[in-house]
Amino acid sequence: MSKLEIKSPLPGTFYRASSPDVPVFKADGDAVSATDTIGLIEVMKTFQQIPAGLDGKNIKFLVDNEEPVMAGQVIAEVEE
Amino acid sequence: MTIRSVLIANRGEIAVRIIKAAKALGIRTVQVHSAADADMLAVRLADEAIDIGSPAPKKSYLNIEAVIAAAKASGVDAVHPGYGFLSENGDFADAVEAAGMIFIGPSGDAIRMLGDKVAARQVAAKAGVPTVPGSDGRVAGLDEARALAATTGFPVMIKAAAGGGGRGIRIVADITELEQQFPLASAEALAAFGDGGLYMEKVITRARHVEVQIFGDGQNFVHFFERECSLQRRRQKVWEEAPAFLLPATVRERLCGSAVALAREVGYRGAGTVEYLYDDETGDFYFIEVNTRIQVEHPVTEMITGFDLVQEMFKVAGGTALSVSQGDIRASGHAIECRINAEDPFKAFQPSPGTITKLSVPEGEGIRFDTMLYEGYTIPPFYDSLLGKLIVHAETRDACLAKLGLALQALAIEGVPTTVPLHLALARDARVANGLFHTRFLEHWLDNDFAALAGRTQEVA
Repeated sequence: MSKLEIKSPLPGTFYRASSPDVPVFKADGDAVSATDTIGLIEVMKTFQQIPAGLDGKNIKFLVDNEEPVMAGQVIAEVEE
Repeated sequence: MTIRSVLIANRGEIAVRIIKAAKALGIRTVQVHSAADADMLAVRLADEAIDIGSPAPKKSYLNIEAVIAAAKASGVDAVHPGYGFLSENGDFADAVEAAGMIFIGPSGDAIRMLGDKVAARQVAAKAGVPTVPGSDGRVAGLDEARALAATTGFPVMIKAAAGGGGRGIRIVADITELEQQFPLASAEALAAFGDGGLYMEKVITRARHVEVQIFGDGQNFVHFFERECSLQRRRQKVWEEAPAFLLPATVRERLCGSAVALAREVGYRGAGTVEYLYDDETGDFYFIEVNTRIQVEHPVTEMITGFDLVQEMFKVAGGTALSVSQGDIRASGHAIECRINAEDPFKAFQPSPGTITKLSVPEGEGIRFDTMLYEGYTIPPFYDSLLGKLIVHAETRDACLAKLGLALQALAIEGVPTTVPLHLALARDARVANGLFHTRFLEHWLDNDFAALAGRTQEVA
């Protein structure tokens, strides 16, 4: 079973939920499909939705909530 | 003057601007920065730099304890807050003073009072400044809201008493919408600001945003004339001018006089801006709010009056009386400022951090570029997208627009998309040239006119 990587398209700050008092878009272990939002990136005070971009299962986040990310950095891994 | 050293509690172009003013006065500069800003221009220019934390603003530039600790460690006499971040935080002003340093701005009490929209409106009314028809203070509940709307007429704006920067505002067109939105607005205000208080104002549909630059030393109060800031996108100014052309002389006199009356009413100290809505059909103007700090657009005022407002802030905060009286302040010619952002105007203003590969800045009499950029600098993604401000001054507005067009063409910023093409298109628009705009003009213009004008711009360039 190979691992697939979900990379950040932008540099910025990564958020796992749309606000601090709502559940995360995806929890570790969830399955994802390509159009599912897995988080937000705040870049220059604007927020962009980050889609999974691929189908997979058992997502594992490698970046914590509110952590800085670089463009191209792997945010999460999923299993095929 | 008592200030010999200053800590700059900000970043970007305003930090650079403050350092230049301080250096001109022989003041030692200490620049704080986040981990993401270690190579910013202000750090390079300052005499000393201190890392105060991680990139997220709340862990660095908004962290009062970290900033105060840096100020104490560096042994400065004063702290300049710039704009944004902690500049209008009364508790920060108090903390600076409690640590035995000078806060370059008004007192914590003045910041809190003028920052509370309801209290500011009341103080404006007391000073005889016209306010937008609406509630005298907080609206107690839906019954009072209904009664009020019956006297002011619709549309009506519901605003959070503790709001700011365009947040917490709802516009309702009739009684049904008012009944639906009022409780929601209160709940949202409570969630966002910890204060569910609301107030109401009549909406002035076709208004211009005109603001007056005030200055005080606690005893003497003057104005440095007004600015026209109606070209806005999402309630953010993109282009500012001084003076507000098409403003009749009698209106200008009353407008600027009312701003000084307000400054006197509160014993204001430092630089401030009184913002108004101006209805050019009726000639009426209405108070909106006071900004208790230096503003992004202060250079247009400096260009037409010849005063350095940031240097004046240092002098007044250091205990020197205001160096000018009203009669010494004269406006000459016309100035326009374009905010150059790292955003792509052809792709819905998508923010575009990245590395500056080339920078070429126009020079000449009446041209000024306030910036944070240098070649090789990588713009971090964690802060706002303002890269710099191109300011042009000429004898007349027409001459200013022509000079602006040339200056924009000569401004080369490569490596990231910027809003320069937007400004070039605006500088060539006939309605902009004729001054036929208002606060909602730009968004409509972007939807309908920008693409065609920008296309032509690219062919010419």
